[in-house]
Amino acid sequence: MSEGSAEGGAAKSRRKHGMLKMYYGLDDQQEKPANMNPTDINGAYFNPEVYLTMIMKEKRLNDLIDKEAEMVKQIRSLDSDMQTLVYENYNKFISATDTIRKMKTDFKKMEEEMDRLATNMDTIADFSEKISSTLQERRAQITKLSGVHSLLKKLQFLFELPARLNKCISMKAYSQAVRYYSKARVVLLQYQHMPSFHGIHRDCNEIVNELRLKLREQFGNKESDAKQLAECVDLLLQLKEPPDELCDEFLSHARRKLDESLREMSSHVKTGRERTASSPEEDEDGNHGNKEHESERPAEKIMRSLPMDILEFVDSSCNGFLESICLVIASYKELFVNRQAGDSQEEEELEQVAHAKLGQFVDSRMQQYFTCIQDRIQAEKSSVENSLLVRALDRFFRRLQAVHRLLPDLKILQRGADIVAAAAKERAQYYGDGLKKHFAECITDIRQTLCAPRMVGKQSAPNLAELVNVTSSSVIDQVKLVLTSLKSFLGQDITFAQTLFFATKYPTKTVREGLLVDFLRHIFQTCTNLCEGGGEKGSAPHTLILILSRLLVDFETTHIIQLLGTCNAQFLIEDSRGLTQTSTLCLEAKDAAQLLLNHYVQAQGLQISQMLRKSVDTRDWLNTIEPRNVRAVMKRVVEDITAIDSNVGSLYEEGTRKAHSSDSSKKTFQSFSVSRQQRTQRSYTPSTTFDTSLMSNIQKLFSERIEIFSSVEFSKVSVVTGIIKISLKTFLECVRLRTFGRYGLQQIQVDTHYLNLYLWRFVSDEKLVHFLLDEIVGSAVHRCLDATLMESSIVEVICERG
Amino acid sequence: MDDEAPVIYGLEFQARSLTAQVAETDAIRFLVGTQSLKYDNQVHVLDFDEDNNALNKTVFFHKDGEIWHIGSSPGDKDVLSTCFNKIVDNKLQGQAAIWRLPSDDEDPDIQDVGLHDDASSNAKNLEVLCRLDNSDAGNIMSVLWEPQGDGNRILSLTDNKFLVWDLEASGSRARMTSSATLEGKGHPKFTSLRWNPHHNNSQVASANDTTIRGWDLRSMEQTYMIENAHGQLVRDLDFNPNKQYYMASCGDDCSVKFWDVRNTEWPVMVQNDHSHWVWSVRYNQFHDQLVLSSSSDSRVILTNAASISSEPFGHMDEDDDDEEEDDDIMDNEEKNRSKEAMKDGVIATYEEHEDSVYAAEWSAADPWLFASLSYDGRLVINRVPRAEKYKILL
Repeated sequence: MSEGSAEGGAAKSRRKHGMLKMYYGLDDQQEKPANMNPTDINGAYFNPEVYLTMIMKEKRLNDLIDKEAEMVKQIRSLDSDMQTLVYENYNKFISATDTIRKMKTDFKKMEEEMDRLATNMDTIADFSEKISSTLQERRAQITKLSGVHSLLKKLQFLFELPARLNKCISMKAYSQAVRYYSKARVVLLQYQHMPSFHGIHRDCNEIVNELRLKLREQFGNKESDAKQLAECVDLLLQLKEPPDELCDEFLSHARRKLDESLREMSSHVKTGRERTASSPEEDEDGNHGNKEHESERPAEKIMRSLPMDILEFVDSSCNGFLESICLVIASYKELFVNRQAGDSQEEEELEQVAHAKLGQFVDSRMQQYFTCIQDRIQAEKSSVENSLLVRALDRFFRRLQAVHRLLPDLKILQRGADIVAAAAKERAQYYGDGLKKHFAECITDIRQTLCAPRMVGKQSAPNLAELVNVTSSSVIDQVKLVLTSLKSFLGQDITFAQTLFFATKYPTKTVREGLLVDFLRHIFQTCTNLCEGGGEKGSAPHTLILILSRLLVDFETTHIIQLLGTCNAQFLIEDSRGLTQTSTLCLEAKDAAQLLLNHYVQAQGLQISQMLRKSVDTRDWLNTIEPRNVRAVMKRVVEDITAIDSNVGSLYEEGTRKAHSSDSSKKTFQSFSVSRQQRTQRSYTPSTTFDTSLMSNIQKLFSERIEIFSSVEFSKVSVVTGIIKISLKTFLECVRLRTFGRYGLQQIQVDTHYLNLYLWRFVSDEKLVHFLLDEIVGSAVHRCLDATLMESSIVEVICERG
Repeated sequence: MDDEAPVIYGLEFQARSLTAQVAETDAIRFLVGTQSLKYDNQVHVLDFDEDNNALNKTVFFHKDGEIWHIGSSPGDKDVLSTCFNKIVDNKLQGQAAIWRLPSDDEDPDIQDVGLHDDASSNAKNLEVLCRLDNSDAGNIMSVLWEPQGDGNRILSLTDNKFLVWDLEASGSRARMTSSATLEGKGHPKFTSLRWNPHHNNSQVASANDTTIRGWDLRSMEQTYMIENAHGQLVRDLDFNPNKQYYMASCGDDCSVKFWDVRNTEWPVMVQNDHSHWVWSVRYNQFHDQLVLSSSSDSRVILTNAASISSEPFGHMDEDDDDEEEDDDIMDNEEKNRSKEAMKDGVIATYEEHEDSVYAAEWSAADPWLFASLSYDGRLVINRVPRAEKYKILL
């Protein structure tokens, strides 16, 4: 039974719960699976039949009996619990009914008393009405009287006003006076048609005018400090003085002060400049003019006699000028611009005008200041102390930020940054010039080293390779030094390093392109310029050209890459697009080196050519004696070429030769010369009608065209070959212009044989020498009236003898 | 196509001297003088047959000696001058003579035979008109005819002098009228002399060592001097025939330089295209932007010097006119290309020679044709490339 009622209750309460849940929008879906178990005897969805069948199915008989016993026990305990609960609640209910009954009797008493209170209140109201009606007439009179009283008080204030104002002015309580006046002003204006008020008004105006004058005076006074000024301006504004006039006056007052400090600065700059022209007296003279200012800081006076460095200068200028301009701007803004009291458009317009005026003023002052600073920096251009400059610029820039914050729309910071950038650029330029100068000095050094031993008369040539190394390392060291000092512009603690210019353009445009690349190009240019005007006297010595060409080769192979690498690393250049590429520079270096080397070859070739030409041109080849020995000029030629060979060899690699001449032993050399001699004999002795020209033509068919003034390679053999080619070709052309007698021809024969003995070892392809010498002999044979060649053995003997 | 191919002609002897037959304006003719110490020297008259692209030669003997220089009269096409070496008393003497080509009217048949058979055996001797008496003047190096003259005035150049001669009686008598001497320390020697075709032929320019000098023939005084015109010896000079004051020079520094003689400080243009000495430089008589230079690197180079020629921008003006009328894009493009190509510089390098080329000359009759002569006796006739020709003409 109890189970059944419990079930019904459960179902009811469940429905209620459901409705409540629905109302509150709670979702009971989730709970369902947990409580849906119909076998849970304590659950909401308990189904006794299911439970029963389940138990009967699942449990064994013993278990069932146990379960039944347990259940009966539980039911009993529940029954007794219920009974105690009903009993307790019944007691409480009975006591509650007793209390309600008691309350009913108490309330009746209270109602009666409330009625009494209402009647009393009615009578009080009646009385008060009566009293107020009797007092009505008197009250109007009192109000009137108090009004008259206050009017009289005001009138008295007005009549007393002039006296008060005078008193205030005499007490210098200007602000009090102004306050009084501004209070009375409206009334006086309104009633000025009445004679009595008119008088007061007039008096007041006079006094106030006096006050104005006084204020102005104070305003215009140099000595008055900013606070006083501010007060003055404030009062004057209250007195309806035209504000823009005041602005002007205020600014002109400020200008006087600023101009003074500007003058001081420019005098510094001037003396700084004169200082470089060295005259300390003048420096002192410059000081006298500024004594007033100096008086504040006597310590500086002593300093001033010493030349002021840029850091100090910037420091003092910042302290003096920038500080006062900041003060001016701040107080001005407070006075004219940021006046909250203002109402409506008029005030706003005024504000704008005032602001514009301030802008203009500050702009012009700052302009002067900047020129001053620029001048000073210019003067600093040639000093070597870089870190000092950087620090000075940093300080300058830092201080400008204060001004910038006060007036952001003037772009002061921008202009300051421009100045700093210009200074940095100039610095880079200066260093670049320094580098160029240094390079020029290097060249002069080389020249002197080259000349020196010759003057002493020593035979041993200076060590060329060492010269190259010394020069290049000195140039590179210098460049690195410069890069390091320029790096200081980008220091971590430097404020302006973050500006756009220093972040982007400075490392690339200024340092890398403007300085380094420009310097490298300058080197190339200087070197190539040395080649120009070749052949003339006073041009660069040939050895210098040779050394420089080697220097440029070194640059091409290592130094350029190294320097650019250092630069990129130091200035953190990562993106090299749009910049001059290393390869381009290397190529330029190589071109320049090639140019120099070619020039060297041509110049040396020319020198030897001249000797040969003179020797051919000045001789009467028709009437010479039989050759006894090799002409001296040929020995000289061989000597010179040997010297050139050793010079070039000390700087350049050997280079490649055609294979068959690698053996330089005397033996092979001799046997070769013999065989060659035989060949020559063979080709010239049977002098039939057209043999010679035919022979040479056939030879030409098989030999390649010889480029005489052609480009050479960077190797010793190639260089010397070039020189020999030029010399021999000259020899050939000269021979062709002459006419020979028999002995003339034989002399040429001896000479060429001698050359052949000594020149082959210098060249890359000895065939070339043979070919050119054959041509010479061939041409001489052509130009000979009596073409009889000498016995080759005799030729050899003569040549052996030297 | 064939037009562009060079025509090559070989002489038996070595040769240095070449000239165009100046007075002949119809046929393309060149005169070449040979140099041989052992055999009789010859003067070859080469007639270029444009239709067959072949050379017809006529050979005349010049028995006086090897020819160093040859010139032809502007007044009479049959008159020529040669300078030659003669050995007198075992000494060389440079002499000069005026010659007349024997007329071939008498026996044209024999002439024809002579052309095709062994020419040297049938050749005629040159007829001597007169010899320049140089007893005191020294070796004559070259003889120059007055340009565009009637063939009555010549200049002869010796080591340190040049003489002006008047030819009388149609060239049979030569009278020396004036002379100028080069003086200076170290016995300077002339290397070259050139007649200025402007100013009524009253000026010449000479070269010695690295210096170029201008002379006035009326006073025989030096007028201007370009010192160190070339790094080394100056080999040859030529005046711009159409633009006065402009001159070209060449020398051993492998360069051809162009000068405005009013400003001798700097050359107006330098071309450095040869790889050895430049022996001759010649302006084209009609289109002076074309300059021919020959060198002992055995090359002949045709250079465009349009920017300093007498018609530097003529084409542009015409182009502008055309463009206004003609809107055809293709046409414009072509013109732009041609304008671009009108830059100064090498037009063509001719490499037919295998020995030093000592002389190159323009034809007097055909402005687009020139001959060059190398030491081994090879004469090559070439033309200005057709593209270049059209650029100049159109």
